[in-house]
Amino acid sequence: MQRLPIGALYALPLIFLAVFYLYPLLAILRVSMGSGDFLAQAATALTSAAFWRLLWFTTWQAALSTLLTVLAGLPLAYIFARFDFPGKRVLHALLTIPFVMPTVVVATAFMALIGRTGLLNEWLQRLLALDSPPIQLEQTIWLILIVHVFYNVAIIIRTVGGFWSNLNQHLNEAAAVLGATPWQVWRTVTLPLLLPSILAASLLVFLFCFTSFGVILILGGPRFATIEVEIYRQAVSYFNLPLAAFLSIVQLGLTFSVMVVYTRLQARLSRTLRQRRPVRSQPPRAWRQWALVIAALLVTAVGLLAPLAALVVRSFTLGDQGSTLRYYQALTENPRQSAFFAPPITAVANSLTYALATLAISLPLGVISAYMLAQPRSRTAVILDPLLLLPLGTSAVTLGFGYIVAMGPLRASPWLTPIAHALIALPFVVRTFLPARRALDQRLQMAAATLGAAPWQRWWTIDAPLLTRALAISAAFAFAISLGEFGATLLVARPDRPTMPMVIYQALGRPGLLNYGQALAMSTILMVVTAAALLAIERFRLPGEEEF
Amino acid sequence: MLEIVDLHKRFAPDKPVLQGVSLALAREEILCLLGPSGCGKSTLLRVIAGLETPDRGEVRLNGVAINGLPAHRRGIGLMFQDYALFPHLDVAGNVGYGLRMQGMAAAERRARVDAMLALVNLQGYARRAVDELSGGEQQRVALARTLAPNPALLLLDEPVANLDRLLREELVQELRHILKTLHVTAIFVTHDQEEAFALADRIAVMQAGRIIQVDAPPQLYRRPANTFVAGFLGFRNLLPITATPGERQVCTAAGAFILPAAPPGPLAPGARLLIPPDAAVLDVQSPGPTYVSFSGRVTATTFRGSVFQLQVAPATEEVGCQLSFEFRNRGRDRLPTIGETVLLWLDTAQMIVVTADV
Repeated sequence: MQRLPIGALYALPLIFLAVFYLYPLLAILRVSMGSGDFLAQAATALTSAAFWRLLWFTTWQAALSTLLTVLAGLPLAYIFARFDFPGKRVLHALLTIPFVMPTVVVATAFMALIGRTGLLNEWLQRLLALDSPPIQLEQTIWLILIVHVFYNVAIIIRTVGGFWSNLNQHLNEAAAVLGATPWQVWRTVTLPLLLPSILAASLLVFLFCFTSFGVILILGGPRFATIEVEIYRQAVSYFNLPLAAFLSIVQLGLTFSVMVVYTRLQARLSRTLRQRRPVRSQPPRAWRQWALVIAALLVTAVGLLAPLAALVVRSFTLGDQGSTLRYYQALTENPRQSAFFAPPITAVANSLTYALATLAISLPLGVISAYMLAQPRSRTAVILDPLLLLPLGTSAVTLGFGYIVAMGPLRASPWLTPIAHALIALPFVVRTFLPARRALDQRLQMAAATLGAAPWQRWWTIDAPLLTRALAISAAFAFAISLGEFGATLLVARPDRPTMPMVIYQALGRPGLLNYGQALAMSTILMVVTAAALLAIERFRLPGEEEF
Repeated sequence: MLEIVDLHKRFAPDKPVLQGVSLALAREEILCLLGPSGCGKSTLLRVIAGLETPDRGEVRLNGVAINGLPAHRRGIGLMFQDYALFPHLDVAGNVGYGLRMQGMAAAERRARVDAMLALVNLQGYARRAVDELSGGEQQRVALARTLAPNPALLLLDEPVANLDRLLREELVQELRHILKTLHVTAIFVTHDQEEAFALADRIAVMQAGRIIQVDAPPQLYRRPANTFVAGFLGFRNLLPITATPGERQVCTAAGAFILPAAPPGPLAPGARLLIPPDAAVLDVQSPGPTYVSFSGRVTATTFRGSVFQLQVAPATEEVGCQLSFEFRNRGRDRLPTIGETVLLWLDTAQMIVVTADV
């Protein structure tokens, strides 16, 4: 039997990244350099107050969002790490919701809860007999900050909480018997040990908030723009490609710097983690501990579920007619009776098709990459490892913009959307699959061999059970990412084949109750579909192998 | 200086860990808590240190009840089995931690840290990272860290359990030397009776949350309080007593023996006759007046260098009765073989009657 050309297989991820990641970025560089004078462009931008305002706003809103997220996440991380209580598993599963929920859905959900016509305002108005809605957060920075915290608090809880529960409890006790007060124990032992994990999680949160797109675009209105939003506006609304290119490069430079620090911290974390032995979490004992746990439980559950519940409720009750299905029915109608417009409901099929295509691309590439990275002395791995992390630090809008300027005739291809989604999903697929692949200890194979297992039996009884779980989780992640992807899709998807997030965004942009209702209805559908993928993740998740 | 009065502790209603433990410790005494895992010895240590609150009972230090005092104000040192060295601090940072918490000035602290490191033979290690140290070095750092603030009482939880055998014996001797030089009062926990014998002034044997016996090592070995203690100390020959025809006479599956001294009081049911493994001699004619002859068939042999062990079934062919004995090797070239019948002399003066485990 002829051997498979393994080398050729291994080249696939490299080729994919070169063509669909590096080449578009280079094209952006070319646009910004090639259109007359790059230096002049840069000089104009750098001397304009608007540019610095943009950079300043992007930075401080990200920093403030991160700070608030850490402040909200640390107490919850502590409770998750230290206590065992009924419902802990369910709550832990709920924490994944914001992580995979599309930005468009979350933004719409928060509008449905605390927007001007939101559920909470309606109740308060009725309850207190007020003339105007008491909560006036729409198009303020507060709403953006709240959503950013909602979005990212799970990162802090999972990263820091996971690390915290692995901290040796004896260290705190040793400090206490050496005379440290509880506050001194926290300051001299717990905090220094947690700090790397807090920093790493914060950097990731900062990165996500820094490149925040959908949340700002939908909730910020015209008043607020991050660099990411501005790139989109310059490229699509004003068609100022050189400025969009310049902004993309500035943003890339900044996000990559954050990425470098983040990966350094990650490496340090895995080193310090090696010597830890986990300590079992205990049920709360004193009534004060119970009060703390119950309060945290309620706040988390309400905070996570209330916006999504409001979204569902609102999609059935918007307007004055009580409960209604009209917004869902409207999704199936073609309002302009035009041959060019399909009913919005077709977007569900489009999104699912794109998501399946994303799976078809990202899973094989991710699995090949993971196998490559798991090889001990692979030269390609040295190149691939950082290369695979880069898409994580590259904003979706930049990528979509790169496709617009780089892909030429391919720009109209329906494949471009799943390719962009696959590229965004690839780092997640690899990071999820790699630990499982690495866990395939060679000695297990040898042990199985000495116990009499033939090669195929070894593969079937050892590799397959360990890897299928990881593969299923990777697939669920990729699926959810594709369903919710907004920034790149907005730039590359064809208008005649819109995805669900696009339809929601467009409906939000049009006036009238019917359009808003349709946005709510479509968001609800998208939420349900994503939640299905999410359930799959929680079913398959192995404890303690999260890298994000 | 330390008094423990009737401590009770349960982690769950059906899981009692301490069931009425009382204990007193004199100044400069080294006490060992010996018992199988899960007997509550580590929990007792944590209660004394203030890391667990007892459900009932009292801990008194120098006559003062310290139940309400949090761990950091007790001035009791605790060395953990896994050492719990702070990974973000170097050796000096670890050893000086307690002094820093006392607010000792930096220069004074440095001098004290150096003195402690010298005490545990780790001169020049001050700037080392703790995760670069070997297990034995980590153990010494942990000891230095615990001793540095000069605790009124030192508690050690399985101090050498994580080390390999050779290092363990060396460190146990060194540990006793250090503790005695510094006149430290200490309680340490172990499940290894040899470690306890080597380190302790007195040993408290624990079983299922209770202290069964407290004695100095030789007394404990000579007179185990019940069959549990005897079994835990490694005694194998514990023969059920089937009848007591005379005041000093006991009948067992291995035969009837007349003991030189009468057992105190009437025999409780379940009592057993303990024959220590070194109570037998081989190849000698009537070594003394307290010796009786015993003929048996060898069922197993174990060679251990300077000594060897024989397992012997009585020639009377009682089913299931086996005795094991240990003999000095004394330049012997060959051991008795399995199946061979040997004539032993058993010293009745070393035999004792042990009451049943409750």
